[in-house]
Amino acid sequence: MASNLSDYKTEVHNDWCPGCGDFGIVSAIQMALAEMAIPRHKAAIFSGVGCSGKTSHYVNVYGVHTLHGRVLTFAQGAKLANPEMTIVAAGGDGDGLGIGAGHFVAAGRRNVDMTYLIFNNAVYGLTKGQASPTLKLGLKTKSLPEPNVNQSVNPIALAIASGFTFVARGYAYDVRQLKDLIIAAVKHKGLSFLDVLQPCPTYNDINTRDWFAGMDHIDEITKKPRPRIYKLEDTGYDPVVHIDSPDEENAKLTQALIKSNEWDDKIPTGIFYKNEIIAPYDERIADRIPNYLENPPAYQEISSNGKSITNISKILDSLQV
Amino acid sequence: MTSIDLTWVIGGPQGGGVESAANIFAGACAGCGLQIFGKREYYSNIKGEHSYFGVRVSDKPIRSNVTGITMLAAFDAETIFRHADDVYNDGAIVYEADLEQIKSDEVPTLDKPFKDRLEKRLSSKNKPFTIKGVLEEAKERGVILYPVSFKTILSTLADEMKNPAIRGMFRMLNVLSVSVSIGLLGLPPDTLLRSVDGVFSSKPKIAEMNKHAANYAYNFATAKYQKFKHQLSQIPKNQDTILVQGFQSTGLGKMAAGCRFQSYYPITPASDESVFLESHETFDVENNRPGSNIIVQTEDEISAIGMLIGAALTGTRAATSTSGPGFSLMAEALGWAGINEVPIVVTLYQRSGPSTGLPTRHGQDDLLSAIYAGHGDFPRIVYASGDIEEGFYDTAKCFNFAETFQMPVIHMMDKFIASTVASVKRFDPKKITIERGKLLEKISDGDYKRFTPSPDGISPRSRLGLENGIFWNTGDESDIEGHISEDPENRIYKMDKRAKKLEVALDTIPKDDQAVNHGISDFCVISWGSTKGPILDAIEMLRKDNYNVGFVQVKLLQPFPTNHVKSLLQGVKTIIDVEANHSAQLGKLLNENLDRKVDYYIVKYTGRAMTCSELYESIKKIIDGKADKRQVLSYGV
Repeated sequence: MASNLSDYKTEVHNDWCPGCGDFGIVSAIQMALAEMAIPRHKAAIFSGVGCSGKTSHYVNVYGVHTLHGRVLTFAQGAKLANPEMTIVAAGGDGDGLGIGAGHFVAAGRRNVDMTYLIFNNAVYGLTKGQASPTLKLGLKTKSLPEPNVNQSVNPIALAIASGFTFVARGYAYDVRQLKDLIIAAVKHKGLSFLDVLQPCPTYNDINTRDWFAGMDHIDEITKKPRPRIYKLEDTGYDPVVHIDSPDEENAKLTQALIKSNEWDDKIPTGIFYKNEIIAPYDERIADRIPNYLENPPAYQEISSNGKSITNISKILDSLQV
Repeated sequence: MTSIDLTWVIGGPQGGGVESAANIFAGACAGCGLQIFGKREYYSNIKGEHSYFGVRVSDKPIRSNVTGITMLAAFDAETIFRHADDVYNDGAIVYEADLEQIKSDEVPTLDKPFKDRLEKRLSSKNKPFTIKGVLEEAKERGVILYPVSFKTILSTLADEMKNPAIRGMFRMLNVLSVSVSIGLLGLPPDTLLRSVDGVFSSKPKIAEMNKHAANYAYNFATAKYQKFKHQLSQIPKNQDTILVQGFQSTGLGKMAAGCRFQSYYPITPASDESVFLESHETFDVENNRPGSNIIVQTEDEISAIGMLIGAALTGTRAATSTSGPGFSLMAEALGWAGINEVPIVVTLYQRSGPSTGLPTRHGQDDLLSAIYAGHGDFPRIVYASGDIEEGFYDTAKCFNFAETFQMPVIHMMDKFIASTVASVKRFDPKKITIERGKLLEKISDGDYKRFTPSPDGISPRSRLGLENGIFWNTGDESDIEGHISEDPENRIYKMDKRAKKLEVALDTIPKDDQAVNHGISDFCVISWGSTKGPILDAIEMLRKDNYNVGFVQVKLLQPFPTNHVKSLLQGVKTIIDVEANHSAQLGKLLNENLDRKVDYYIVKYTGRAMTCSELYESIKKIIDGKADKRQVLSYGV
């Protein structure tokens, strides 16, 4: 049963630039939470620093606007201490793939059951348009003095190589698809990654809304624009690792990596890869600590009338001379 | 009965079992009711470099190491080259007889500066640069030599136990040299065997083999040699004593204090604590379900503190444990916890810096780093423990401070405490109180605002997951709900609110927890952290010479307890600041906060902890008016 969408909106003035792709993303997050009817106090948005960092202030659930590049660390700590929470982490491409790249890779290895959205616009917007890790080599967006001299990182491929078990791409101006992807990502058991293509109308004058729509890409026969964006699901693509076999896994990984390399003429969106055979981190903990999920750190009793109730006497006995 | 106070040192290549040997020795002595203070020294190396363990044993409470060695146990040449000169004139060296012909050139791990000093010393006494030369030098001073062919003993054992492999089990040389030592020192064999059992308790087969070897070596020594001049003896055992290492004290403190999440990145000497916690990740809880502690090894220290903050936001008591380099990486997030008033505990096991510095050696170099780390003005508490026992109880206090005042707490420990093993009074978890401050369990309506004004600056604290308790946090300045605000009036409110909590902390934390009065005298030592033990022992030595010296131990370093320290030092004529760092960092705080200056400084920055003996000499010189303003201590290899 869905909740009221307005319940998930705050009254904080949104100061993103007019036309910013971020608006679509925050709407999709609010819609997804409402559709899943997650109680507001059971959800938390963690965000990094940059324009996307403000996302947590616009959603009316617990909101933690963290440090530049560190959003995944805060989010994982909260989820591990209170596994009942639905945790969505959000940040920019510079935040997650530049300064925070080490945490991105390490998070993949853990596979904590939460969702990470990168607002990918290929520029550092809030510092006036420097090249981000996803800007293609040789491109010169309008505030760059010289064309970009670095290769771009492929977020989808990096996520797959790092061990994320749900890897997908959305587009900020296709809010409906994005909302569905967020719901699928949140419901996925394990760490899910969503690369959200998000045109920056102020600083990225190359990968614009028109560019994604193929306005420069006129079909010779129909004389209509050929959109660059297409949906994997429309092509019969099956991203799911269905059985626990190396052949199945290799096939699904390989096709996802090949798809992740598509750019320029055809840019796929949708789910690239999904693997629920790999155990999420909480299950790995529960294998060692059987009551972890029923009695997680956040809900454990630690005192009675101000006195310690943890029994350490066995350890002290072993140290007794 | 004469009193017992002797130091036994065993050395050997890293990875060669020196630590097990020392633990057997310490366990055997502690089993006889004796007090133990042991300290491990090692290189930043996995295998091969020289490591050693010094165990001081006494029938009275001891809190530090001394200068000098009563008995040295050596089965490799380097141990003899490095330590023979430290053996007292009436001390002894138990060593592998085969080593006598080895030249200093043949020991590749003897570093050049040390080798140059050694050879200079030997040539001044016309001795060859060999083990024989070093031993002759010692013998001429009166040192008794016990050459033992440990390798022959191994062969004999191999035949006796019908196990030829034993011939090559050089790790067993440790057990043999401990057992010979215990035999010479006159402790009964059963305590030795019990201790061997204890050290190898998880490996019964190895325990059996080592017990057999220990018994043989013990009997060999008692049959072959007369009793050594210095003897250990059994005294009534205090049932309340545990033999514990420093890192275990904060680990146990965290468990008892209700810490249920620790994130860390491996670093010497802090990670032993996290590994200890992980090996005790589940435990019983009185009248409750079994509890557990989630220990997460992160990709770096930035992640460690990030995860810690995330966990703390859920209302979980959470911590990390690190050393200087890791703490430097945590600086930015420390400020985030400060501006958002998140209670976190960072246990800072200091070592010698800067940079990687002396990574396995001791230092108190990070006091100012702890106080000032991070940009911007934000409140924090820096609290220092003086010894292992304080480490346990202070850990609990640090969590109380963090939750009561809603700010980061940095708990200062160091390598000296971390790698000390000592007999101390069994920790009593019942003495621990758990104060959670204004943490909310329930919120009945929807008007909650995280940073609501309060006269003490401390607002009721919600936690992630609590109904009606939604809040926002941000590294930006924020309004009372936690949303970004650059409003000047709000900025004044928030900055003043956070700063106010430091005043409240100073008013609330009991004076005895701020700074400890160990006696006041005209000459008064002031210090912080692990210098406590050497200072107390040195003061006791001085008292026997009719020198009265006071001691003020500052535990709360930030906010600085100016008024309390001032009142303690009121009648003091001469202030002596003692610290294990180069620039006398506490001295700087004192000069800044008191209306007077420190008169003398005693510092040590070799990476080796102070001994009470060198401190005794240094303080005595000051009182006798023969000291420079700054004394630099240097004992130890």
